[in-house]
Amino acid sequence: MTERIAPTRTPAFEARLKKRYAAERRFRALGLGAILFSVAVLVFLLGTMVLNGIGGFQRVELEIPIDLSEAGIAADPAAMQQTGAVQALEAQGLRDVVQFYAQQELGEEAASELGGQAWRDVAAAIIADPSILHEKATFSLPASADLASGYEGEGSPEMQALAQRLYAEGRIAKNFDPGFLSRSDATNPQQVGIWGALKGSMLTMLVTLLLAFPIGVLAALYLEEYAPKNRWTDMIELSINNLAAVPSIIFGLLGLAVFLTLFPNLRSAPVIGGMTLALMTMPVIVIAGRNAIKAVPPSIRDGALAVGASPVQVVFHHVLPLALPGILTGTIIGMARALGETAPLLMIGMRAFVATPPDGFTSPATVLPMQIFLWSDEIDRGFVERTSAAIIVLLLFLLVMNGLAIYLRNKFEKTW
Amino acid sequence: MTVVHSNLENVEAKMSARDVSVFYGDKKAIDEVSIDIPTEYVTAFIGPSGCGKSTFLRTLNRMNDTIPSARVEGAIELDGQDIYRSGMDVVQLRARVGMVFQKPNPFPKSIYENIAYGPKIHGLAEGKDELDAIVEKSLKRAGLWEEVKDRLQDSGTALSGGQQQRLCIARAIAVDPEVILMDEPCSALDPIATAKIEELIAELNGRYAIVIVTHSMQQAARVSQRTAFFHLGKMVEYGRTSDIFTNPLEQRTQDYITGRYG
Amino acid sequence: MSLTLLLLLALGLGLAGWLAARARAWTFRRESADGRLPSLPTYHAWYVALWIVLPMAAFIALWSAIAPGLVTQQVLASPAAAELPEFGFQRQTMLNEARAVAAGASQAVFNPQAAALVEPYRDALAHYNVIGIVVALLIAFAGGTFAFLRLKPDFAARTRVERIVMAILLGASLVAILTTIGIFASLVFETVRFFGMVSPLDFLFGTHWGPDPMANAANPDGSRYGAIPLFWGTLFIGAIIAMVVAIPLGLMSAIYLTQYANPTLRKWIKPALEILAGVPTVVYGYFAALTIAPAIRDIALSLGANNPSSESALAAGLVMGVMIIPFVSSMADDSIAAVPQAMRDGSLAMGATKSETIRRVLVPAALPGIVAGIMLAVSRAIGETMIVVMAASTAANLSANPLEAMTTVTVQIVAMLTGEGSFDHPATLSAFALGFVLFLVTLGLNFVALRVVKRYREAYD
Repeated sequence: MTERIAPTRTPAFEARLKKRYAAERRFRALGLGAILFSVAVLVFLLGTMVLNGIGGFQRVELEIPIDLSEAGIAADPAAMQQTGAVQALEAQGLRDVVQFYAQQELGEEAASELGGQAWRDVAAAIIADPSILHEKATFSLPASADLASGYEGEGSPEMQALAQRLYAEGRIAKNFDPGFLSRSDATNPQQVGIWGALKGSMLTMLVTLLLAFPIGVLAALYLEEYAPKNRWTDMIELSINNLAAVPSIIFGLLGLAVFLTLFPNLRSAPVIGGMTLALMTMPVIVIAGRNAIKAVPPSIRDGALAVGASPVQVVFHHVLPLALPGILTGTIIGMARALGETAPLLMIGMRAFVATPPDGFTSPATVLPMQIFLWSDEIDRGFVERTSAAIIVLLLFLLVMNGLAIYLRNKFEKTW
Repeated sequence: MTVVHSNLENVEAKMSARDVSVFYGDKKAIDEVSIDIPTEYVTAFIGPSGCGKSTFLRTLNRMNDTIPSARVEGAIELDGQDIYRSGMDVVQLRARVGMVFQKPNPFPKSIYENIAYGPKIHGLAEGKDELDAIVEKSLKRAGLWEEVKDRLQDSGTALSGGQQQRLCIARAIAVDPEVILMDEPCSALDPIATAKIEELIAELNGRYAIVIVTHSMQQAARVSQRTAFFHLGKMVEYGRTSDIFTNPLEQRTQDYITGRYG
Repeated sequence: MSLTLLLLLALGLGLAGWLAARARAWTFRRESADGRLPSLPTYHAWYVALWIVLPMAAFIALWSAIAPGLVTQQVLASPAAAELPEFGFQRQTMLNEARAVAAGASQAVFNPQAAALVEPYRDALAHYNVIGIVVALLIAFAGGTFAFLRLKPDFAARTRVERIVMAILLGASLVAILTTIGIFASLVFETVRFFGMVSPLDFLFGTHWGPDPMANAANPDGSRYGAIPLFWGTLFIGAIIAMVVAIPLGLMSAIYLTQYANPTLRKWIKPALEILAGVPTVVYGYFAALTIAPAIRDIALSLGANNPSSESALAAGLVMGVMIIPFVSSMADDSIAAVPQAMRDGSLAMGATKSETIRRVLVPAALPGIVAGIMLAVSRAIGETMIVVMAASTAANLSANPLEAMTTVTVQIVAMLTGEGSFDHPATLSAFALGFVLFLVTLGLNFVALRVVKRYREAYD
């Protein structure tokens, strides 16, 4: 046996080996870096939204003590509970009363910067508890948008000075604003709320769910269990897979061309929005449903058939219950995606300014992501905080929905 | 306790294992095996399915490292150096101890690229001419050159099963290893391809230390000079191939060879 | 009567029929010889219920589509309608106002002329409401009676019901085809109308985009409808900039997660990537417009760039790229995991390092799947709307400078359809033509990608 030095034991090899290991470390670092970058962007995005959004749940308010017992406003508690109570109070001059006290306490300049709708908050307090008409109370009333800008250190120098003066006197503060969640859209960032958009979203989602879920599940059942292997079935499958990949804006075009031509007076109604989104969500549910149904082992079907169940009974009594968790998970994920969709709804006209929450499925409405989009165009700095706050609300909803889907998936994950 | 035949010549061991145990989690798969692998002889590992011969084979080139729950105790030495010591370089080890798998696994590249892969990453060739020479030499040694020399750019996966396995052997040879481990290399092949591979092993014998795991006793008898019989994770008996098959010392070995189980 | 009430009525009648039929089936059972029926009483019940509810629901759907038209027709035939302006926006507004008041949705009209229409509307609405309810009830009773009379002890109710169920299932599946046909048809129809006004050559090859929605619709200026800047903007932002971000980051993330990461890291990172994928695009768009675009502009200014835009292609493209990272990562993950372990072992056994194995064996082997994943990602990116609407601009610009403002196909679709234009104007129709092109391209990409994946999967079996 001749003694040969294996080429893999030479010093040149060892030197090269060092380089290769260095390359290995670099490569691995690149991979880790890629992941950390993605996570960092996510954290940055969420962080920016949260930081900006915290201010959105507050608003700049002026502290105004009002002595209602001197105001001369009469309110019959029974009348207060009916509609028109606010108008009645207005007719009695509540607005001027509030203005009077504002001038008295804060001065002419500040009083003119009281929010134009501020008196409504006093009206609401009176309606809630008419007994305060005999008392003296301090109200925190919203400032005007200009003054609010001044408070934040922006806007005109006069406003900033005024805000500083009021702050020194303890008359102005930025307080938590629960009304944000109960008011609707407005032109003034101090007066906006997301309830209108939230209700619109809920109504639209309901329509989407009621349409997409049954159709999606039934289609999935048909394709997995009953469809014969022929060209029709191939075409159906092809259509569904294609639909799942079509950009969402195309569904908006379809909604515009078809639904709005059929029902032109339902423009921007939740019913149309829901139908458009349902078409978009249905393929997602079908695909998730098919996977869930595929996962049910054939042994279960065989067992049911062996007892004499008909094919329809096998599916509805045995397969569907077992596939249901998977179907629900897929549905929730599909609905979460639909909740965040804006583009198709732009097409069907849900981008209008809607100042009151929708009454029903056929009233004009907007949805939360659309509201965010509309506010993002506003120049007023105050809207930045409100938009971010609305984003936080939207993200929370999505978090809950996705969390529910993950919980369902984990809880019902059966290993056969 | 392994029964080692006493009539063995004293030859230098290329690789040696001392009291090697392998654990998968808490389960003990290999129980204190000690054996010497010389260069002169082809060593065969035989035994019933699941007895651990493949597991033990994979400890010799540290392929068990790729399994997270695997743990190896004991010492395995290559040329006197423990391959599990912390300073040992796994990449270099695997270039020196090559492996051929049960199912041929050519890369989805051309025949040329399959062979050239090893020399390229280890930097064993300077320039295309040297690389060509290595490829030709490896294919010739593996007995595949004549069949593929005109189509080196064809895909490695387009060859027949037997050719693919010889390609994998050529690929292992291309990095000029000192030991070649073969894990049931013929079990996926037809008899004619098997015969060709066995011829190849005979030719490679002496140049490389060869360890072959096989479930065919006839194959072990044909190609090897030393045989170790494994059973339930232990090495039961080790000796000359001819002795193991005609004159086993252990009852278990006798039972396996005569087909009582297996 | 509102739609919901009608549907509830249908369900209620269905329930009544269900109970009645079940009672009858019970009497059959009592009268039968061995106390058993070929079909359970429940199936008899469902048979009758379905025959009531389904025809009624179909009618209600049809009626809600045609009734408004009939109502309007009757109103227009009334004498008060003679005062209306001939056509246009005014006329429609007045009709809508009157209708709203008549339906009780609003309190009063703004237009005094519309006030005269309220009464006719009230009459028409009431008239057609009654007709609708009566016909619906007739259909319900007809269906119910027909079904009920067929109930016999040996009636194969279960088979019938199951057949109806199968038909419903098939119908649900056909919705998918219908939707696809609907999309295709509506896009084609409007596109053809558009190409009747503007030549396809001008559209597909023109380099100037500046439609004027107020211009005379009869004689459109074809040279203003050149879509090349839009196609370029879409490609530049979605297929180039976004991919420059998404492909390396997505691929390396997938490689690290599958080959290097320990289980704890994988447990935390995978959900993080899923969250990244779940953030609505409007949030990404806002983030891009609020934070990223100004930052890029400031950086560019400080680096001496000449008048960088605050609606730069770079801002939109970067954010879009980040949004797509999870997409690329998951497709690459699947492709790499599909490579047989034997290949990885073969490479490692030869003394290759992990990175060498990945770079030289695994990724090349997984390449078809990775490429298909990239194509699907591109398809997603070019169809994306909100990020570009909020962060990119509406200025059609044919430039290779990422710091300039650019527009994309999706932005223009939104712009053309949310303006003041009427539905017959070429500017409005151009949106459909753009949509059609987008539809075809994304469909094509998806088709090719899926074919590639299919063929590649066959190669490994």
